[in-house]
Amino acid sequence: MAGSSVTVDLSQAMITAHVAAADWLVVAPSLITILGGSLCLMLRKHTSLQPKLGNAFLGLLVLANLALLARVLDHGIITMVMGNWLPPFGIAFTVDTLGATLSLIASIVAFCAGIFGSATVDATGRRYGFYPFLLLLMTGVCGAFLTGDIFNLYVWFEVLLISSYGLLILGNDRIQLDGAVKYGVLNLIGTNLFLIATGLLYGIFGTLNMADIAMKAAALEGAATGTLATVAALYFLAFAMKAAAFPVNFWLPASYHTPNVVVSAVFAGLLTKVGVYALIRVFVLILPESRAYMADVIALVAIATLMTGAIGALAQSEVRRLLGYVVIAGIGAMLAGVAVGSTLAVSGAVFYAVHSIIVMTALYMAAGVMKLIGGSYDLRKLGGLYNKNAAFAAVFLVLAFAVSGLPPFSGFWPKIILVDAAFADGRAWLAAAILLSGFLTTLAMGRVWIFAFWRGGPEGTPDGELATATATEGSASLAGGAIWVPLGILTALVIYFGLQPEWMLELSTQGASGVVEPLGYLRSVFGEQG
Amino acid sequence: MRTIIFRTIAPYLSALMVLFSIFVLLRGHNEPGGGFIGGLIAASAFAIFGIACGVASVRRAIYFHPMAVAGFGLFMAALAGVLSIFKGQTFMTSQWLIFDFFGVEIALSTPMVFDIGVYLVVVGAIGSIALALEERESD
Repeated sequence: MAGSSVTVDLSQAMITAHVAAADWLVVAPSLITILGGSLCLMLRKHTSLQPKLGNAFLGLLVLANLALLARVLDHGIITMVMGNWLPPFGIAFTVDTLGATLSLIASIVAFCAGIFGSATVDATGRRYGFYPFLLLLMTGVCGAFLTGDIFNLYVWFEVLLISSYGLLILGNDRIQLDGAVKYGVLNLIGTNLFLIATGLLYGIFGTLNMADIAMKAAALEGAATGTLATVAALYFLAFAMKAAAFPVNFWLPASYHTPNVVVSAVFAGLLTKVGVYALIRVFVLILPESRAYMADVIALVAIATLMTGAIGALAQSEVRRLLGYVVIAGIGAMLAGVAVGSTLAVSGAVFYAVHSIIVMTALYMAAGVMKLIGGSYDLRKLGGLYNKNAAFAAVFLVLAFAVSGLPPFSGFWPKIILVDAAFADGRAWLAAAILLSGFLTTLAMGRVWIFAFWRGGPEGTPDGELATATATEGSASLAGGAIWVPLGILTALVIYFGLQPEWMLELSTQGASGVVEPLGYLRSVFGEQG
Repeated sequence: MRTIIFRTIAPYLSALMVLFSIFVLLRGHNEPGGGFIGGLIAASAFAIFGIACGVASVRRAIYFHPMAVAGFGLFMAALAGVLSIFKGQTFMTSQWLIFDFFGVEIALSTPMVFDIGVYLVVVGAIGSIALALEERESD
C-alpha cells in the first residue's frame, strides 16, 4: 500500500515540479467533452434539455481550444504527462501548433453541427443519444490531435470510432445498418493494423512516446531499419483506410450518405482528417526516413486518390454520395503534401485539412438544406432552388468554388502551396494531378449548381421555365436560425480564410515546421537534453 | 428457464454475486480484481436475476436506467483525475487520504473513485446490453 517503509527517490520516476493550472488546458478539450457527454447520457430522456446542454459543452470546448491555441502560440509546445510520471513512462499529451489548430477548427465545426442538429435531429434521435455521441466523438478527435503517445493515439481512434458507430446507426434504418457494416468492418481492419503496427514498433524501440520513438528512430541503423520500413508500411495502410485513400476508399461513399445529414457533415469534416493528421504525425515527425523511402508510393496513392475522388464525383447523381467523392479528392491533395514532405508541402496539407474540415461540413449541411427546400437529395428530382432561396444559392456557390480550389475562397491557397511544393520537389505529375482533380471537382460541383439551382424544376423541365408544382412545402421547418447560423458561420470562415489567409498560413507553417524539424517537440517532452 | 429451483435460488445468488463484485472491486488496487472485473460480475448477477424473474423486475430493482448508471460512472471516473489540479500536479495524479478508523487503517484515494467509476460504466453498459437481449427473447 502507499505507506511503505522503504524510501524511494521519486524524482527519478516522477515529476516533482509544480504544474501551472494553465497547462491543464492540454487535457481540457477531452475532459470537457467526457464530462459533457456523460452528463448528456444521464439526462438523455430529457429531449428538450439535450440540445441546450450539448451545445453549451460544445461552446465550452471551442473556448478551451481557443485558450489552448493562444497558450501554445505564447509559450511554445506544451507537454503534460498524466499521473505525474516522467516521460517516457507516463502517457504524454504534447500539444504543438499543428494539433492545437486542428483541434480548434474541429471543435468549431462540432459546435456548428450541434446547433444544426438541434433543428434536424428529432426527439427519437436525441433520446438515442445524438449529443452524448457527438460529445464523445469530439473527445476522441481532440484527444487524437493533442496526444503525444502513439498507443494513446490508438485509444482515441477507438473512442471516436465507437462514437461514430453509434451516430451512424442513429435512426435504425435498414440502409443505415448496411452502411454501418461496411464502415465498421473496414475500420475494424484498419484499427487492428494500427494496433499490430504499434506492437511491432514497441518491439523495436521499447517505448510508445512519440518524441522518444522519433529520437530512437533517428539513431537506428542496421537490420532493424528493414523492420521499421515494414512497420511504416503497416501504418500507412491503416491510416490510409481511415482517411479513405485510393485502394481502400470504397467504404466512404458507401456509408456517408446513410445517416442523418448532420452526422454525415461531422463525419465528412472530421473523421478522414484525423487519419491524415495521424499520417503527418507518424510519417513526418516520428519516421521521417520511412516517409522519404515511401515517398513515391505515397505520391502514387495521392494521384490515384485525387483522380478517383474527382471522377467518382462526376459520375454521381445523389448529392451526398457526390460529396463523399469530393471528400476523397481532398484527401488525395493532403496525401500529396505528405508525399513531398517539405515544410512548405506539409503546411499546404495542414491548411488543406483545415479548409476541408470546414468546407465539407458546410457542404453536407447545404445538402441537408437542399433536401429541406427541394425535397430530395437526387439531382434528377431537384431543381429551381435558386428561385426558392437566392441567398442559399449564393452560399452554395461560395462553398462549391471553395471546394474546387477557386479564388477568392479558402481552397485556393492550400492548393497553390501544394502545387508549388510539388514542383519544387520535381514532381510535376503530382502538381498536374492536383490541378486536374480541382478542374474535375469544379465540373462536378457545377453539375450540382446547374441541375439543382439553375434548372427550373426536376429533370425534364424545359430551359427557361419554372416548374409550377413545388416538390414539397418543407419551408416551414426552415424558419429557425438553427439551420442558417451554423451554415453562415462556416461559410463566413471559408470566405475569411480566402480573403485573409495570412493568419492560417502562419499557423500551418508553424505547425508544419514543428513536425518537419521536431527539435522543439522533443525538448518539450524531455527537456533540454533532448 | 423459469423452473422453481432457479427462481428460488436466483435472488440469493444475485445478491451474493453483487456483494462479491464489490469485494473484488475494492481489493483491486494491489491485488487481482478491480472495477472492470467487478463490474462484469455485477452485470452477470443482474443478467441471472433477469433470466429467472423477468427483465421488468430487474429494471425496477436497479431503479436507474443502466445507461444512466454508465454515464454516471464515466462522469465520476473523469472527475477523479481532476482533484490533483488543486495541488499543482498533472491530470490523474493520485491523491490519498489515509486515516485510522477504530484501529483499522482506511485508505481512500482517487484511483479508488476512478475504479468505482469504471465499475459503474461496466455494470451500466454490459447490463443494458444483457437486459436488452433478454427482453428480446421473452417477447
